[in-house]
Amino acid sequence: MADIRLEGVGHSYDGGRTWAVKPMTWTWRSARAYALLGPSGCGKTTLLNIISGLITPTEGRVFFDDRDVTGVPTRGRDIAQVFQFPVLYEEMSVYDNLAFPLRNRKVPKQEVDRRVRQVSRLLGLDQVLGRRSRRLDAGRQQIVSLGRGLVRSQVAAVLLDEPLTVVDPALKWTLRSKLKEIHRETGHTLIYVTHDQTEALTFADEVVVLNEGAIVQAGEPSELFLSPAHEFVGHFIGSPGMNMLPAEVVGHVVRVGAAEVGTTKDDLPPGPVRIGVRPEFVRIAPAGTSPGVPARVTGIDRMGAYDLVHTLVGEHPVIAKTEAGSPYRPDAAEYLHFPAERTFLFRDQVRCGSLAPLDGRGPA
Amino acid sequence: MTVAGSQVGGEVVAAQEPPQAEEEAPRAALKRKDNRAWWLVLPVVVSVAFTAVIPLMTVVNFSVQDVFSPVDRVFVGLEWFRTISRDPEVRAALVRTLLFSLQVLLLEIPLGVALAVVMPRRGVWVSVALVLVALPLLIPWNVVGTIWQIFARGDIGLGGWTVNNVLGINFNYTLDSTDAWITVLVMDVWHWTPLVALLAYAGLRSIPEPYFQAAQIDGASAWATFRHIQLPRLRGVLTIAVLLRFMDSFMIYTEPFVVTGGGPGNATSFLSILLSKIAVGQFDVGPAAAFSLLYFLIVQVFCYVFFTVLTRSGR
Repeated sequence: MADIRLEGVGHSYDGGRTWAVKPMTWTWRSARAYALLGPSGCGKTTLLNIISGLITPTEGRVFFDDRDVTGVPTRGRDIAQVFQFPVLYEEMSVYDNLAFPLRNRKVPKQEVDRRVRQVSRLLGLDQVLGRRSRRLDAGRQQIVSLGRGLVRSQVAAVLLDEPLTVVDPALKWTLRSKLKEIHRETGHTLIYVTHDQTEALTFADEVVVLNEGAIVQAGEPSELFLSPAHEFVGHFIGSPGMNMLPAEVVGHVVRVGAAEVGTTKDDLPPGPVRIGVRPEFVRIAPAGTSPGVPARVTGIDRMGAYDLVHTLVGEHPVIAKTEAGSPYRPDAAEYLHFPAERTFLFRDQVRCGSLAPLDGRGPA
Repeated sequence: MTVAGSQVGGEVVAAQEPPQAEEEAPRAALKRKDNRAWWLVLPVVVSVAFTAVIPLMTVVNFSVQDVFSPVDRVFVGLEWFRTISRDPEVRAALVRTLLFSLQVLLLEIPLGVALAVVMPRRGVWVSVALVLVALPLLIPWNVVGTIWQIFARGDIGLGGWTVNNVLGINFNYTLDSTDAWITVLVMDVWHWTPLVALLAYAGLRSIPEPYFQAAQIDGASAWATFRHIQLPRLRGVLTIAVLLRFMDSFMIYTEPFVVTGGGPGNATSFLSILLSKIAVGQFDVGPAAAFSLLYFLIVQVFCYVFFTVLTRSGR
């Protein structure tokens, strides 16, 4: 077990014209469970392959604690990795598949047996240990692949590259909590790549959001949800994502069109900003409540447990999440209220401040 | 519907039940048969009959008769089959041919796979390697024979001369049975290993990259990677390679005919060479026909056994 440190690590597949992973410095701390979250093609897998040594980065150095492993091949790194689709030694039994990584490392026989049985019990593979692995269905095959990743006790980290894609949705939940359980038991560092925010938020101690080859924010799930540092995080996390509304800073007052919605205490230079507020925190207030932004309701999605009220402020859509059975009607004019402590200001996509209540004018 | 049916002159199912024809028109349209389609198959039937079925039946016909002349023939039952299967010369040739095929498989399959493994997977050298490896396959059989007939000669052939004068081994395929056997065997390996290599190479190329990555993660050695990833995934192409090489080597004719003519003595007289001697040389069409049918049967049986064993072992 070790801290995995990336120093100025970047990778380009085309000789430096574009970066799959932009040069970054980042430390994966030992024994934590990370989720690496980002859309398809943002460089997640590349980053993972750099850590496991399947790719040598174009730039920068990789350290396991103080050991420089940049030039060390995968075999010498003690990293376990599970791929998106099942990769099995098809003519071997499930037992032999699980034992394979240990046998290659000359682990004594009893120890191999002990570890294999332990992992198979954890993953519910006891019934199929003697079966030929290629006779299993895809989901089971993937669980075997997962088991191969978890069977070694001496690993610096276990890297999981969207491992539950092929697994049945019902089994997904079980497996994810199993993974968490295994993580608590073994204390392995886990890096779990996914583009599914629910998966990331429920799984990880810390979520690292990657976009266009760069880390845009890292933090606990609640932090990413409540205080996104980048517009991308606002959009990507949450369902639906954060509302973004063009606004303007005039003096210390933030305005949407003609309506004043709050002040800023962050000494922002005047000029255009975008205000971001999650649908969960948008309140629809009675007409005339100040500070409020006039909006027109365009439609309501009744989701069962809650309603999504779609509105237009000027020509910009804003969604409010309300209790089920809300009374709003399409085309009705309403006022939207943005609570100061949950509303942020963004400039060039990066958070530059937060909203403060308008002094002495209306409720905060 | 019925109008269309009578227009094309085909058999219209719907027309058989006029009351329902109206409602079932769409379904009937799908069922409509046009027997004229049989005419399209006719050229194939005729040409296959003319080139394969009738000649084969002629062979069967010959195999049960003693033919003195086209008008003077006697029905002899299975006599020729008995004669041929008891003939010591035929039996010796069968053993020889089986031994040859066995050696061909034992040499060409591993060599071909090894060649495929070391061939480059990407880069400019891929095409160079492919062309070089495929070269022997492009040479006509009799030319291969001629090349080796000269190449293996001790006086003017590079190969034979080198063995005799550089390695100091006395080598003469026209006099020594073993030398003749080795010459024919090496020639076949040179000629056909590329086929196995190309098949195996195609098989290897189809293995997705993550399998190799997983092997690295699992700390597998190069040998373990070959044994547990590459080899199992070559099963399909190797089955084909074994079948092709068995059939081909078991029926080998042209090359030994050109190089050694079956000699010295009977050393390289394989079944096909013996058969053509009986059929064309002595014009004993009865025994030759029985021989051909037995030969055909042996090839079929062996292929069936190989195929069954190779596909079953994978499950």
